[in-house]
Amino acid sequence: MLPGLAMGKVVSPEAFLQPGADVAVKKRLADAALNAAKAKGASYADVRIGRYLNQFVVTREEKVQNIVNTESYGVGVRVIANGCWGFAAVVDVNNEAQMAKAAEDAVAIAKANSKLMKEPVQLAPQKGFGEVSWKAPIKKNGFEVPIKEKVDLLLSVNDAAMKNGANYVNSVLFLVNEQKYFASTDGSYIDQDVHRIWPIFNITTIDPKSGKFETRNALSAPMGMGYDYLQANPADKVTGITTRYNMGYDMLEDATAAAKQAKEKLTAKSVEAGKYDLILDPSHLWLTIHESVGHPLELDRVLGYEANFAGTSFATLDKWKSKNFQYGSKQVNLIADKLQVGSLGAVGWDDEGVNTKKWDLVKDGVLVNYQAIRDQAHIIGEKESHGCCYADSWSSVQFQRMPNVSLAAGKTPLSVDEMIKDVKKGIYIIGDGSFSIDQQRYNFQFGGQLFYEIKDGKIVGMLKDVAYQSNTQEFWNSCVQVCDERDYRLGGSFFDGKGQPSQSSAVSHGSSTARFNGVNVINTARKI
Amino acid sequence: MAILSKDEAKQIIDKVLAFSKADEVSVGLSGNRTGNIRYARNSVSTSGETTDLSLSVTSVFGKKSGTSTINEFDDASLEKTVRRAEEIARLAPENPEYMPMLGAANFPESKAFADSTAAINPDFRAQAAFNSIDPCVKKNLTAAGYMEDSAGFSAMGNNKGLFGYNKSTSVDFSITVRTADGKGSGYVSRDYNDVSKLNTLAATEIAMQKALASTNTKALEPGKYTVILEPTAGADLLLNMMRSMDARSADEGRSFLGKKGGGTRLGEKLFDERITIYSDPMNAEIPGATYLGDGRPQEKVVWVENGVIKNMSYSRFWAEKQGVKAVPPAGGFIFQGGNESIADLIKGTEKGILVTRFWYIRAVDPQTLLYTGLTRDGTFYIENGQIKYPVKNFRFNESPVIMLNNVEAIGKPVRANGSLVPPLKIRDFTFTSLSDAV
Repeated sequence: MLPGLAMGKVVSPEAFLQPGADVAVKKRLADAALNAAKAKGASYADVRIGRYLNQFVVTREEKVQNIVNTESYGVGVRVIANGCWGFAAVVDVNNEAQMAKAAEDAVAIAKANSKLMKEPVQLAPQKGFGEVSWKAPIKKNGFEVPIKEKVDLLLSVNDAAMKNGANYVNSVLFLVNEQKYFASTDGSYIDQDVHRIWPIFNITTIDPKSGKFETRNALSAPMGMGYDYLQANPADKVTGITTRYNMGYDMLEDATAAAKQAKEKLTAKSVEAGKYDLILDPSHLWLTIHESVGHPLELDRVLGYEANFAGTSFATLDKWKSKNFQYGSKQVNLIADKLQVGSLGAVGWDDEGVNTKKWDLVKDGVLVNYQAIRDQAHIIGEKESHGCCYADSWSSVQFQRMPNVSLAAGKTPLSVDEMIKDVKKGIYIIGDGSFSIDQQRYNFQFGGQLFYEIKDGKIVGMLKDVAYQSNTQEFWNSCVQVCDERDYRLGGSFFDGKGQPSQSSAVSHGSSTARFNGVNVINTARKI
Repeated sequence: MAILSKDEAKQIIDKVLAFSKADEVSVGLSGNRTGNIRYARNSVSTSGETTDLSLSVTSVFGKKSGTSTINEFDDASLEKTVRRAEEIARLAPENPEYMPMLGAANFPESKAFADSTAAINPDFRAQAAFNSIDPCVKKNLTAAGYMEDSAGFSAMGNNKGLFGYNKSTSVDFSITVRTADGKGSGYVSRDYNDVSKLNTLAATEIAMQKALASTNTKALEPGKYTVILEPTAGADLLLNMMRSMDARSADEGRSFLGKKGGGTRLGEKLFDERITIYSDPMNAEIPGATYLGDGRPQEKVVWVENGVIKNMSYSRFWAEKQGVKAVPPAGGFIFQGGNESIADLIKGTEKGILVTRFWYIRAVDPQTLLYTGLTRDGTFYIENGQIKYPVKNFRFNESPVIMLNNVEAIGKPVRANGSLVPPLKIRDFTFTSLSDAV
């Protein structure tokens, strides 16, 4: 899902280098709101002072199409009064009176909403952390890199693609910096600096005789890293049928390969529909994990809060309570993790002041837990929140969002080559493509970027027009092998949408290459 | 004050233009008040209201442009914003596709504003939600819904004499009703400029009927079926196609409208001859803006006539390069239809499937406009002119281009998703698998 961004003001890139408000100032402002909320009768209050920076550089072939620089600064105050939530937000806050007013508005809304309330909010207890801070472990801040350097990189990527057979190429660099300050009546004052980066391209090749065209997208991943992600070391590269990337990305190399592969796709064999064993690369499998594991295990979906939009979930509470719901095969261990270094979900504390952690969702194939925040923890008998509450802006209300959800690497040493060796009739899929899943997360269909036919343990050539359809439980139970940790890589979504009005969040999903037996593959070629 | 009058907006824009030292400058000024209410599990979960007023300045030197925005309106702040836009423009790389700004034009006044919608307040929203929740509670059903309303204006002016002003309002409402056992689900969505046309109780009652009627589904084998697509279902697929009418992609050979050997399929008959699709910002049911952000007027455009591609949308740069009129992309579309209702279409169907809604539609192949997605919230089997029983949801893989060649009947268009879309009876619609989802 790709919702619009609450972008804020357009600024010059130099504005990014100006420091945000000082921590002491933010504490003073936050205290003004917390005190005002308590004075008006709030039993709990939290304040988020946020400065959000975005930079997008957009090019095609030899042209710069757009450079977007935006900054958004403001405050969101959330309270519980009369047992009910209330929220108010103010742009460009700089004095205590504005803070107090926002807090009072939030209390007034809570009190008004409490008239329609059925049950009061039950907030899991959370200790205060005092004055603390967290910074993404970036080596090079992307916002400090001159625009020219970014433009030059993208234009050189485009040039490499064109020289290697592309007819068209579009490339984009996304940079995000969230400077977030959180304070609550629990006694926390948390200052955090979050960075994200996502370099992408899309290459098109055309066969003028047939009028057919093919595309190949970048095999990069959006990461919770700085500009250092674009400086790949040999150790970051996974070689094989095509090079894939781990904690560093060689955009030029990938574009060169992509142009050749997009050309090769034009003459690739159209797949014969039927059952195949699928070997799924982490650059592809992340999206299947996201849609068929990440979303159905969001507790608010399970409870029906998203029924009118994203939907509900097949993973109902009775299945979890049974303690024997076989989500996947014994090989399948799915883990929620807000600590993973370099991931999009990594922070020190979530947006309601809970320290982040790691927990099991599916253990040895059995459903064992969900994703829950402070006002949901009691529903699943937990004493504390999982720490996965997030708001995409100071002006949005924080709510439960997906943590990084990943497939644990296999415990037995196994390489991709060894895995392929045993496959009689299979398809090796690299990169993410088309994706669609039903509103309870049973039936899904996924495409990809690169498809290779496997016959009797060997890759025999490229395929096209491939999509696979399955059912979540059936699919994860058909998982027979997961490669070991040497192959473990992150993929992710930069713009995951949820809620009404829709909010965007970024989340990573890691895995090693995994094998799924007997999956239904369809041929997507049509004539119009 | 979020909604400025035409004169108030012009005064501010003229003041900003006077500060400019750039070759070209354009000023955009817009404001709105947006409110929403969301409910689930028969209880309001969130509600809120925001107002916004902001101004953006785009300054141009040669082919270099820069934009700066602000939401403060004192003279010093306005002048500072102009200087900042100029500074950004000087530092920007040259855009070889930059087109000079357009001059003065007379845009007709938009009909997209309704006082009733602009007057919505939190009490109105709460009542609208109550009218939807209350009947569900009484029938032991579960409601989850969302209403969002907006009232605003946008104005633009440049130093070539162009000035435009539009006011608009909108309200979007959607409701999902589920049975207590989770085996039935119904959905209705409505969107209008004028909220006096919205009746959340009436809409909810339809969703309730669908929820109750959709329990105890039977599973049909996936395959090709005659379908009746309700306007909400048809709109989602057809609008995907209409958003792919860009001429440049077609000229470049990477669109369903690209032609083998080069060029576009403009003038080719691509659909059944009963298919005619046009856009018209002055249409009373789906009134829209009368000009585009780049200063081009929005006029009536026929996109498809009797199955033939008549127009494609162009950027100003691409139109000049191709030596054709720069037809702007449209907001909403009008799919011409007949007079038959959904009930009439059902009556005339021997065997078929009624689809309330599609969900999670994604492109599979841009070349053929193949899309996949699923049915949701009310899928029924029709036999001998009557709804016989609810069926399990299907996944489809289908192209609207193929679909519009398999037309059996076209009903009376109604507003759906900002367009006027008829219920459609289509043969050989391709369902590829079953879904257990309710």
